[in-house]
Amino acid sequence: MSGKNKHHIDYGTYILVWLALLAFTTITVTVAGISLGRYTLFTALLIAAVKSALVINIFMHIRFDEPIFKAFLGISGMTLLIIFLLTFLDFIYR
Amino acid sequence: MADTVAGLPVQHAEKSFYQQSTNKYSGILSWLLTTDHKRIGIMYLAAIGFFFFVGAVIGLLMRLELIAPGRQIMDAQTYNSFFTLHGVIMIFLFIIPGLPAIFGNFFLPIQIGARDVAFPRLNLLSWYIYMIGAALVLVSLFLPGGPIDTGWTFYIPYSVRSTTNVSMAIFAAFVLGFSSILTGINFVTTTHRLRAPGMSFFKMPLFVWATYATAWIQIIATPVIGITILLVIIERLFGVGIFDPALGGDPILFQHMFWIYSHPAVYIMILPAMGVVSEIIPTFARRTIFGYKAIAMSSLAIAFVGYLVWAHHMFTSGMSDTARWIFSLLTFIVALPSGVKIFNWVATMYKGSIDPQPPFLWVMNFIFLFSIGGLTGLVLGSLATNIHLHDTYFVVAHFHYVMFGGTGTIFFAAMHYWFPKMFGKMYNIKLARIAVLLFFVGFNLLYFPKFIMGYMGMPRRYYDYLPQFEALQEISTVGSWIVVGTLFFILGYLIHALLKGKKATSNPWGGVTLEWHIASPPSMENFAEIPTVTREPYDFSQLKEMKNE
Repeated sequence: MSGKNKHHIDYGTYILVWLALLAFTTITVTVAGISLGRYTLFTALLIAAVKSALVINIFMHIRFDEPIFKAFLGISGMTLLIIFLLTFLDFIYR
Repeated sequence: MADTVAGLPVQHAEKSFYQQSTNKYSGILSWLLTTDHKRIGIMYLAAIGFFFFVGAVIGLLMRLELIAPGRQIMDAQTYNSFFTLHGVIMIFLFIIPGLPAIFGNFFLPIQIGARDVAFPRLNLLSWYIYMIGAALVLVSLFLPGGPIDTGWTFYIPYSVRSTTNVSMAIFAAFVLGFSSILTGINFVTTTHRLRAPGMSFFKMPLFVWATYATAWIQIIATPVIGITILLVIIERLFGVGIFDPALGGDPILFQHMFWIYSHPAVYIMILPAMGVVSEIIPTFARRTIFGYKAIAMSSLAIAFVGYLVWAHHMFTSGMSDTARWIFSLLTFIVALPSGVKIFNWVATMYKGSIDPQPPFLWVMNFIFLFSIGGLTGLVLGSLATNIHLHDTYFVVAHFHYVMFGGTGTIFFAAMHYWFPKMFGKMYNIKLARIAVLLFFVGFNLLYFPKFIMGYMGMPRRYYDYLPQFEALQEISTVGSWIVVGTLFFILGYLIHALLKGKKATSNPWGGVTLEWHIASPPSMENFAEIPTVTREPYDFSQLKEMKNE
C-alpha cells in the first residue's frame, strides 16, 4: 500500500465494521437455528461472503491498494468460487 | 575480481557464500541464524535429504515384509504404521517442499538477478517451521498410542476413531503447511519485485516460471488442508460431528476438502520438476527451448486446471454421478498443458547437439517414467476403468511413476545439474551415468509389477496377499533393493565429490541462464553488481562470448 493511503480509514469506520461483523455473526448463529431448508447453506455462505468482503476491503486495505493486489485477490476469489461450484455439483445431485 | 561477459558480470575470485556470513557468528550459528537464501537452501537439502532416506528405508522394510505371503519381519499393525509414515514423510517432508525449498531457494533469486529473496528472515522462519513440523512427526511416533496408522490420506471415519497418535501427526502436517505458504509468499513477491533490470516476465528462465506458478498453489491451496486438519482434530478431541457419519457428519465432505488441497499439491510436487526439465534440456541440446511462451503459460494452466480435478480421487466414494462425469472430463483437460510441455521438450531436442551428461540422462529417465505415469493417470481418470482399478496396486504404481519417476527423478537431475554450482565441486561423471542406469532398472522392477498386480486385483495397503501374487511381489522387492542401493550409491559419490572432488568451473555444462554467469559456489550476494538483462533466457549464441574455463 502506498504511504499516502496509510491512514485513509478513520477509527470510527473500523469500529463500525467491527460492529457489523459482530452483527453478522449473530445473524449466522440465529439463522443456523432456523430451518430454512435448501436456503440454509446459501444464507450462511452469503453472510460469510459479506463478512469477508468487509475484512478484505477495510481491515486489509485492499480497497485502497494497487490494482495488482486486487487482481491477485480476484484470482484467489475466483478459484474459491469455482471450488465451491464444483463441490456443489456433488452435494446438490447426490 | 569481476569481469564482464555478454553484458553480465562474472566473478571468480570473490569469497563464496560458505566463507561469508550474513551475521556476526561463525560455525554452526552462522548457519542457524543465516538469512542467505543459498545457505537456507542447503539447510533444506540436509533436512529434506535426511527424511527422504528415512522414508526410503521404511519403504524398503515394507517391501521386505511383502517378499512372501504371511508374516515376515513385522506384524500387521506395524505395517499399517509403516505405510502411513512412508506416505507422510515422503509427501509432506520430502516431495512437497523438495524442489521449491532447496533449488527454488538457491536458484530463483540468482536466475532473476537478485541478491536474495524478498523476505530473507521469513525464509529462515519457514525453515524453522519445517523443522518444527518434522519434529512433531517424530514425537508422534513415541507418544502413548503409537504411530499413526490411517494412511497419509487420513480418511474419515477411521482417522477420527483410530486410537493411534493421529492428532499429533496431522497437526505436524498443519504446521508444515505454514512453511509451504510462507515460502510461496516469498517466491511470488521475489518474482514480482526483485527481477533485474531488463528481465521482463517473458525473459525469466522457465524454472522461475514453474516455481512462481507453484508458489501460487502453495498460497491458495494449502490453507484448505490446514482448515481440514483442524476440523479433524476438533472432531477427535471434542466429538463435534463434522465428518464422522456416526456423529452426523459427512465423510465425503472430508474427502472433498482433503483433495481440494492434495490434488493441487500434486502440482506443487511436479511443476518445479517440469521447470528443471526446461532448464536442463536446452543446456544439453545446445538449443533454445522450443515454445518458450507455451511452456511458461502451460505452467500457469496446470496450476489453474489442477484445482478443478480433485474429485477424480473419489469416483467410488459415493458422490453424485453428475460430479463424477464432470470431474472425469476435467481430468482429461489437465493432460493438455502437460502434453504441451512434453512435446515442446522433445521438439527442443530435435536437431539439437545432444551432450548426454548425467543431468540430461536423468531427464530422459524422467520423460520415459513420467509419460507412463501420466498415461496410466488417464486410465484412472476414466470412470469405468477407475471402478476396477480404484484402491489397487495400479494406483500405487501410477502414483510412484508420477511422483518418484517424475519429481523424484528430477530431484536427482537437479542435484546433478546444480551440484557443481552449489558446492563448487564436480562429481564422478562415469559413476553418475551408472547410477542413472541402475535407478532405471531398479525403478521399473519395483513399480511396473504393481501395474500388473493392480490390474489382477491386488488391493493397496494390504499386509498379506494370495499366492498368485508372490512372483510379482518378489520381483518388486528385488527392485526395491536396487533402488535403495542406488540411492546410497549416489549419496556416496556425491559426498566423495564434496570431500575430494575436483574443483568445478563456473559453467561446467555450458548453460546460459544467470547462475552460470557467476562463480561456483556463488558469493554471498550473488552478483558484484546487479546485471542488466538484454538477452532471451536460452540464447546460446552468448556461449561464444562466455569465458568457459
